[in-house]
Formats: sequence, structure tokens, C-alpha cells
Amino acid sequence: MSRHLALVPAHNEAGAIAATIEAIQAQAPQFDVLVIDDGSSDGTGELATAAGAEVLRLPFNLGIGGAMQAGYIYAEENDYEIAVQVDGDGQHDPSFISALLERLDHDAGLNMVTGSRFLAPVSGGYRSSAARRVGIRFFSWLLSLVTRQRITDPTSGFRMTDRRGIELFANDYPNDYPEVEAIVLMHTHRLRSAEVPVVMSPRLTGESAISSSQSVYYMIKVLLAVLVALLRARPVREAADAAAERSR
Amino acid sequence: MILATNQISSFLGQRLEVIIFGVLVCLVIFELVRRKHLMERYALLWLAAGVILLVLALWRGLLTTFSHAVGIYYPPAALFGLGFLFVLILLIHFSIAISRLSDQNKILAQRLALLQQRLEKDEGGQPDRERSEDEPVEGESTPSVSRGRG
Repeated sequence: MSRHLALVPAHNEAGAIAATIEAIQAQAPQFDVLVIDDGSSDGTGELATAAGAEVLRLPFNLGIGGAMQAGYIYAEENDYEIAVQVDGDGQHDPSFISALLERLDHDAGLNMVTGSRFLAPVSGGYRSSAARRVGIRFFSWLLSLVTRQRITDPTSGFRMTDRRGIELFANDYPNDYPEVEAIVLMHTHRLRSAEVPVVMSPRLTGESAISSSQSVYYMIKVLLAVLVALLRARPVREAADAAAERSR
Repeated sequence: MILATNQISSFLGQRLEVIIFGVLVCLVIFELVRRKHLMERYALLWLAAGVILLVLALWRGLLTTFSHAVGIYYPPAALFGLGFLFVLILLIHFSIAISRLSDQNKILAQRLALLQQRLEKDEGGQPDRERSEDEPVEGESTPSVSRGRG
């Protein structure tokens, strides 16, 4: 068993899941693949099993946050050292996994690496709709202010964490729209993160987790969550300590 | 004189209705708890409401004294205010309860998926490899998981 795990959350992604798994196996062969089937009704889980992935079958739809956390708990309990999130819909190109891994390995103080669509030198690829880019830019500004480092793609779910990141997210992961909050979570736990340029493609099939009518709710909810996360009286405690405490 | 008696009797009538209503609330809540349709934890707030209603009906000057003390000169308005406050507290109480329930629900779903994956893996031809020391083995003998692989 390798020490690297690819977490693939999938909700009704029957059209893309097999290709995603195969791409990970081809482009990043040192990674085991865990598909988190978030209550799919179209046989996504069975297709993933057939494609050679381990599958966590959630009994009903938990939403992306709960599904991702299940994956991190699996990674924690099975002693994985590195976990990378790859969307099940084909948006994240697994050929960039090696770039993320290289950056994480290279910089010893780093706990998380995020693939960013908006970092030079890459250009082109899928960069979301214009309306969403306004939201992304806003959160980019807010998070850069909060974390005092440049964050260009706060909504990217293409991210790789080390063991401490795995333990933190297994213990505490945001619920609804986790990407932005996860960055704040890393920051409040004094873990370091960085971005690596990637190119994303538009989703192959299926539906985005966020429809346009939900965008306003998304903005307000995430804004509230960020403010609360900053105000929350959290003792400055290492993620590893929390994990050790729980296992006691 | 006649006017005054009428006022008193109508006031008494209203008090009687309130007393009956308060007693009824308490009885219904007791019955729901007895039938286990309502947990004691959630019954307490409702019982408190019924008891407060009874106290206000029996202790004549209390509402007037209270409303004047807080600067409301029309006592029924104070009653409405109290009722609104009670409903507000109840709703917040429920929101907290729902949040806790959905969090527990999430943890249960995650744990179920993790256990099911481990069970299927054990049944799928890799015996003993993944079982950690602290896990009980009884799960293996229960045939409740139908999705076994051939």
C-alpha cells in the first residue's frame, strides 16, 4: 500500500468517474484512489469499484464537505502521508498531481498545496463563468487579507495536504462549501499553504454543486463562515495534538 | 355598580378560560411525555409556558405589576411580548437541536461508510490484513451487508 491517496468525491458522476480514476492511475501511479460516493443514485460507486478504486459509500448525500471529511478520516486511519483531492467530474487534470507533490515535498514547511487556475505562467483552460469570477476575486482579496499571503484561487478544490493537514481535516472540516473555509482553517491552525499553477477543464458531465441561484447564498454563507472562523476562540493547538488526544 | 360587577365577572370568566387553557397545556404535554412522543428535555419549555400562564391567571396583580415595571402601560401587550419571547427562545432551542442532530447524522453516515468499506474489503479476499487490533471481529459473522462480492 502506498502512502499517497487521491480523494475523489463523486455525486452522480457515472459519466466521468471511470475516466477520472483511470487518469489518476495513469498520471499518478503512486497514488491509491479512494472514491467517496456521496449518495449517488446512478451507480457511480459500482463503476468506481470496477475501475479499481476503493469506494466509500455514504448512505445518503452529505454534501461535498461531509464527503471530503469521510475521505480524510479514511486517510488518517489508514496512515496515509499525503492526500490529494481530485474532483470526480474531470475538472482536475491528474497530470498536475506530480507538480503539486513536487512542491509539497520540496518545501518542508508546507502543509498544503492548492492548484490555482489564476497563477502565471499557465493561461487558458477553464476559469469559470464571469459572474463567478467576481466572487472568486472577492474571496481572493478577503483571504489574502486574512492570511497575509497571496491567494489567487480560493475556490479551487484541487489541493494536496500532508499528514498534519489530513489529521486537521479528519478532525474538523467545513460543511457546505468547504474550499474557502478550509484555507481559513489551515491559517487559524498555523499550517502553511501555497499555490501551484494548474489548468482546469470544464466538467465532463453532471452538475456543479453550486447552481447560479445558490450563488448569493454561497457568498453570504461563506462570508459568515470566514468571519466566524476568525472570531472563534480556538486555542492555538497543533492538529497533531488534537489527533493524539482523540486516539487516547 | 352594575358596570363594575359586569367587568369583574367578565374578568373572572377570562381568568377561568386562561386557567383551563394553562391546565390543558400541562396535561397535553404530560400525556405526550407519557406516550414517549415528546422527550422530557423538550417538554420542560412547554411545561414552563403552561405554568407561567397559570401563575399569571391566579395571581391577579402580577401581570399589571410586571408590565408597569418594564414600562408597558397596556398589560396585554406585555403578555404578547412575553409570548413572542418564549416562541423566539423555543425556535433558537430547536435550531440548536437540529444543528446538533445533523452533525451527529453526518458522523454516523461517515462511520457507516468507513465500516462498510472495511467489511467489504475483509470479505473480498484479503482476510486479516486490514483489521486493526482494537476492532471487534463480530462484524464478520453478521450477514447484514448484502453487497458482498462473489
